[in-house]
Amino acid sequence: MKRAEIVTAFVLGLLSLYLMWKAGEPPSWNPDVGRFANIGMIEGEGPGSGFWPFWLSFAMLLSCIWIAINWFRGTSPQSQSKEPFLDAYGIKMLVLVGGGLIAFLVLISFLGFYAAIFFFMIYYMFVLGRHPWVTTMSVSIGLPVISFFFFDIAMRIPLPKGYLEPLFIPLYDIFL
Amino acid sequence: MEVLVALSDGILVALEPLNLGLAVLGVIVGLFVGAMPGLGSVNGVAILLPFTFVIQSMTGSATSPMIFLAAIYYGAMYGGAISSITLGIPGASTAVATTFDGRPLALKGQADRALVTAAVASFVGGTISTMLFTGFAPMLASVALDFGDPEIFALMLLAFATFVGLGGDDIPKTIFSICIGLVLATVGFDIVSGEPRLIFFDSVNWFSRGIQFLVLAIGVYGIGEMLWTINSSRYGTTMTNVDVSFSRIMAALRSFPEAWKGTTIGSLLGFFVGILPAAGATPGSLMSYGVTKMVSRDPKQFGQGSIDGIAAPEAANNSASTGAMLPMMTLGIPGSPTTAVLLAGMVIWGLQPGPLLFSEQPDFVWPLIGSFYISNIVAVLVNLACIPLFLWMLRMPFTILAPLIFVLSLIGTYAAYQNPYDVWLMVLVGIAAFFLRLLDYPLAPAVLAIVLGPIAEPKLRQSLLFSDGDFSIFFTRPIAGPITVIALILIFLPLLKLIRDKIRGRRAA
Repeated sequence: MKRAEIVTAFVLGLLSLYLMWKAGEPPSWNPDVGRFANIGMIEGEGPGSGFWPFWLSFAMLLSCIWIAINWFRGTSPQSQSKEPFLDAYGIKMLVLVGGGLIAFLVLISFLGFYAAIFFFMIYYMFVLGRHPWVTTMSVSIGLPVISFFFFDIAMRIPLPKGYLEPLFIPLYDIFL
Repeated sequence: MEVLVALSDGILVALEPLNLGLAVLGVIVGLFVGAMPGLGSVNGVAILLPFTFVIQSMTGSATSPMIFLAAIYYGAMYGGAISSITLGIPGASTAVATTFDGRPLALKGQADRALVTAAVASFVGGTISTMLFTGFAPMLASVALDFGDPEIFALMLLAFATFVGLGGDDIPKTIFSICIGLVLATVGFDIVSGEPRLIFFDSVNWFSRGIQFLVLAIGVYGIGEMLWTINSSRYGTTMTNVDVSFSRIMAALRSFPEAWKGTTIGSLLGFFVGILPAAGATPGSLMSYGVTKMVSRDPKQFGQGSIDGIAAPEAANNSASTGAMLPMMTLGIPGSPTTAVLLAGMVIWGLQPGPLLFSEQPDFVWPLIGSFYISNIVAVLVNLACIPLFLWMLRMPFTILAPLIFVLSLIGTYAAYQNPYDVWLMVLVGIAAFFLRLLDYPLAPAVLAIVLGPIAEPKLRQSLLFSDGDFSIFFTRPIAGPITVIALILIFLPLLKLIRDKIRGRRAA
């Protein structure tokens, strides 16, 4: 926890610097304007387009420095904490659940939402939750079927189907 | 009189079958998310916001989706008590104070009495605050009609300042959270100059249409908070058995008047605390508990299963949730993440929140206020009738609930704008939010800032354009001046405290 606090403050500080730099970017169609020309007052227009994001990012940077000072002086609870940022359970949880979510996203881009939901639910309920097959399968099949009828059929919001698109054409013929 | 006519018309609209059905559905969803530890009203409204577009496209009005979301909000305030009493862990942070006496009473074998007291106190708190809302809102809205850009900006500054001064979280982290929310809200094209701003990775064109509020809200509350809950709730809990039967519920109802003191204090105090930004239902219920204990003739009873100790926080959290609606509806300034989501919803449905809402959109405002009354009646009835059902649902393992919420979050994010990048961004935001949450970065101010950013920035720029770049405009105008000064005092309050402690420390040494 102790190390994570200062590392995070440092990373967020860098992010703030990047945002400040990016906020001062001149529009690409106007090469005469220099960087950071837009962060102050512009005659007759009030504050420029970069004014708000630049100074707020600057405030972000200051808060990161403040967090770092608190860390060095040991005044914030995190800077004194001896607990790990994520213990073994936390890391395992993040890999299994967070990894599962990323895999879910990748699956969506190949197989579409409905098939991805099916596999994700099996993974989560059977592999992680150790629920019996009957419960797992009824939810894993029921959820995509309900979603299909709700979104694609009732609401006419087609969810992506990836390579499985052809399989759905007969269903459209029947229900739409 | 005018108000009563408008209100009765509004109640009639709220009683139309579709709206009544949505209120019932919303209350049930709210009771469920409220009762589930790890989920609160904000998770419910954020994850279900995309689905309200469907309701809007079906009905063509913004009233029905708003009734649905508001009913979730109220339902969640009732639901929080269920797990506070039976599990001893608050179903939502707003129900923390309910555990103090609700749990001991349940352990004495009177869980049914605790549940009934909580439900009825919630109803009384919700109804009294709705009446206060009905009285105050039109007045406040008409006063606010005279507000110009500097006044509105000063009010927004005040909303953020309360987070810094009174929020209770680490101060630099709170400031960081507010600022990053405001900065992320600027991604896209500047509406004043038309210039592109903060369009990251220009070549892939992901960010040129801005970052949608929904993506961030669902990321934080659908993914980040869920990961955090899975990580922190690793130990099993034991549920108290509840003996529910019609006669026992009736007996508990008859003994409710004993809790009049706590209910009254909670209803009134909750409403006014709820109005303050950054305060809201959680401090409202804690404060009401404290005050009720202080004025009680028998303060020793508190913590042992006092009936007043259950009624006060439950009346207060419902009352505060209505109070929080007041600045959101009349000024367009939400005070809590849940009302921020509601405000974002209003913007997406095409409404312009702010004082003009009352004069220009009475067809939206009054049915909504009418639905507050109806939803409260629905909530208390559903709550009392379905206690056994909710107890059964509380046994639902998290390994079923969590993936369902993940799937709902992903589908909802996609369905809202039909853009696959949104879904990726949402999950990444969620994972980032999880890490920040571990380090106690408060995320509610960021969510609020993302909603308020696009409103606050033009107000600031208009004000400064008007004053030729002179910041004194925020201090010299009669209404904006005091508000700005209070906001600055709140921001610098922690610093003043620090200096005071230093001086005292030196004197002591």
